[in-house]
Amino acid sequence: MPELWEILTDFTVRNALLGAALLGVLSGVLGTFAVLREQSLLGDALSHAALPGICIGFLIAGGRHLWPLVLGALAAGAAAALLVLLLTNHSRLKPDASVGAVLSTFFAIGTVLLTYIQNRQLPGQAGLDSFLFGQAAAILPADLGVMAAVAALGLGLVAIFWKEFKLIAFDPGFARSLGWRVSLLEALLTAMIALAVVIGLQMVGVVLMVAMIIAPAAAARQWARRLETMVVLAGVFGAASGMLGTIVSLARPGLATGPLIVLAATGVTVVSLVFAPQRGVLWQAVQRRRTRAAIEGGRVLVDLLQLARAHGDEAFATEQGMIDAVYGADAQPVLRQLEKQGLVKPLPPQLGKGQQWQLTSAGQAEAQRLLEKREE
Amino acid sequence: MLQQPTRHQAARDQVAYAPWERSGGANQAMHEPSLALHIEDLTVSYGYRPVLWDIDLDIPPGVLGAVVGPNGAGKSTLIKAVLGMVPIAAGHIYVFGRPHREQLRRIGYVPQRTSVDWDFPTTALDVVMMGLYGQLGWIRRPGRAEREKAWQALKQVGMERFADRQISQLSGGQQQRVFLARALVQDADLYLMDEPMAGVDATTERHIIELLKELRNRGKTVLVVHHDLQTVPHYFDWLVLLNVRIIAQGPMSQVYTLENLRRAYGGQILLLQGLPAAGHGDTPPGAAGAGAPAEAGDSGTNTASQATATRTLSPER
Repeated sequence: MPELWEILTDFTVRNALLGAALLGVLSGVLGTFAVLREQSLLGDALSHAALPGICIGFLIAGGRHLWPLVLGALAAGAAAALLVLLLTNHSRLKPDASVGAVLSTFFAIGTVLLTYIQNRQLPGQAGLDSFLFGQAAAILPADLGVMAAVAALGLGLVAIFWKEFKLIAFDPGFARSLGWRVSLLEALLTAMIALAVVIGLQMVGVVLMVAMIIAPAAAARQWARRLETMVVLAGVFGAASGMLGTIVSLARPGLATGPLIVLAATGVTVVSLVFAPQRGVLWQAVQRRRTRAAIEGGRVLVDLLQLARAHGDEAFATEQGMIDAVYGADAQPVLRQLEKQGLVKPLPPQLGKGQQWQLTSAGQAEAQRLLEKREE
Repeated sequence: MLQQPTRHQAARDQVAYAPWERSGGANQAMHEPSLALHIEDLTVSYGYRPVLWDIDLDIPPGVLGAVVGPNGAGKSTLIKAVLGMVPIAAGHIYVFGRPHREQLRRIGYVPQRTSVDWDFPTTALDVVMMGLYGQLGWIRRPGRAEREKAWQALKQVGMERFADRQISQLSGGQQQRVFLARALVQDADLYLMDEPMAGVDATTERHIIELLKELRNRGKTVLVVHHDLQTVPHYFDWLVLLNVRIIAQGPMSQVYTLENLRRAYGGQILLLQGLPAAGHGDTPPGAAGAGAPAEAGDSGTNTASQATATRTLSPER
């Protein structure tokens, strides 16, 4: 694929890919804590709230410079977070309603400002609307430096405060009982998520940025048994989907990057939800069937034993027809399974009798065990 | 404070001396160092609704105590207040004679099992190690020594086989024992436990109460929020009856009376049969003859008079 190779060696493309990877790792790692603390929607509020901040930053700076935009986004995000907190604590609104109200209000203000700027035909406004859905090609080398610095800060904080973040994610009440300043740690984590959201806006856009927080972490949760694994996997998933979406959007100019990245991340999540061992939908369905078969098998075994005892003969063989009468068509596969386990054995049909089944000595012992368990 | 009873028996034998009673102004500066827990005039409210009102509470060291009361009585809040987890509207809390916030290292905590999401990706051993985070201090990571301590604690609760098990795959009783093990590694002097026997099977409940008694026998003070009135007198030797205010507090034999329970629960206590109509503990001198029924919230000194009152009132039922 010479076309793809050409794209990959291009300077802008390498910038964009590197940016996407940095953003993916950071949002995946921080998203793990947001998802585990059931605060995924906070990321949504922060990203939507960033839009008015970006516009105000643009108006004040009089142009599309990264720093004013980032600072504006951060300030607006902080204001939104504070407002959510105030609404939750001092009004009758529940947290989800508070987040929704603040999110939509800020986004509305942002959209009004954005259309105002576009209609005024201000200089240097081109590309400002890329903040809505993201544009990877807009990433400049200078932007990359900022992204790298924020990613290093975020990952460094997680490494340093690993056990602290872990405990406030699992059991904040216990952390408080140790005398920890839990609100301080929470604020630190939230601030880092806000930073990750803001540096991701250019690439993914305010509308879909929350998916970069949630999707990699949700996918990673399916495969991980420990927090360490989950964090690493979420970072890998985030980086991979970021790079995949970027490549596609660069190969097909005109497609917005953000939605493509999000689709890639969602794809990983769907695969994880279905196929992951133990937690996957598929695995659980198989497990349920096995459990049901085991229960059914146990019932047949016990019934055979009790029938045999009723006849006063432990070696008594029961007719297939008898078993079918009780269990219907299900009996055949269950009996075959029991035969495979060496618990029953078929006797050849005799005159006047159909196929018969007899408990083996192992089958008798197992049936006896189940019977005793049932009586407990 | 001439003597410091270290065991509940000592405390019970010296009812006349009654260290859990308020001793007046003389010893205020020392904040009752002979008591494991000493609470003065504590009020906690969520919004306008008071959850705890004017609580005076004294727990001598070495007792295995139960906090009992109806739903919404503020039992969990009382424990959280001692741990500094809820804002205090008024009052003071002293743990072994010093303000509670300075003494958090000496308190072990078992929260309600349902207060956390057990689908968190971690193992039983890892959760137990969290009990050591306070001693480790900021930033330092747990190492081999911590793993060993955590494993020993799991062994103590009979869960060492499940050390590497995902916590989401543990049964309710097993999860509860993991929480207990986490409190054990805290190596505290005062243990506060919020319904450690809620929703566990009978075997686990026996196991847990044995463990609590062992803690008490090692000189620890244990205060447990408990919901089952039938088992209270068999499991515990000290009782705090709470319903926003303190209804009664003191040795089990003196406080566990039908009259006190009725006062704590309102009219909902009728189902309970076979309760002692009155306490069979000795009546402390000074309290006898206080004929009027005690006012709620001013209780410790009045347990005996309540018992007397119960005796005279009991023929009604």
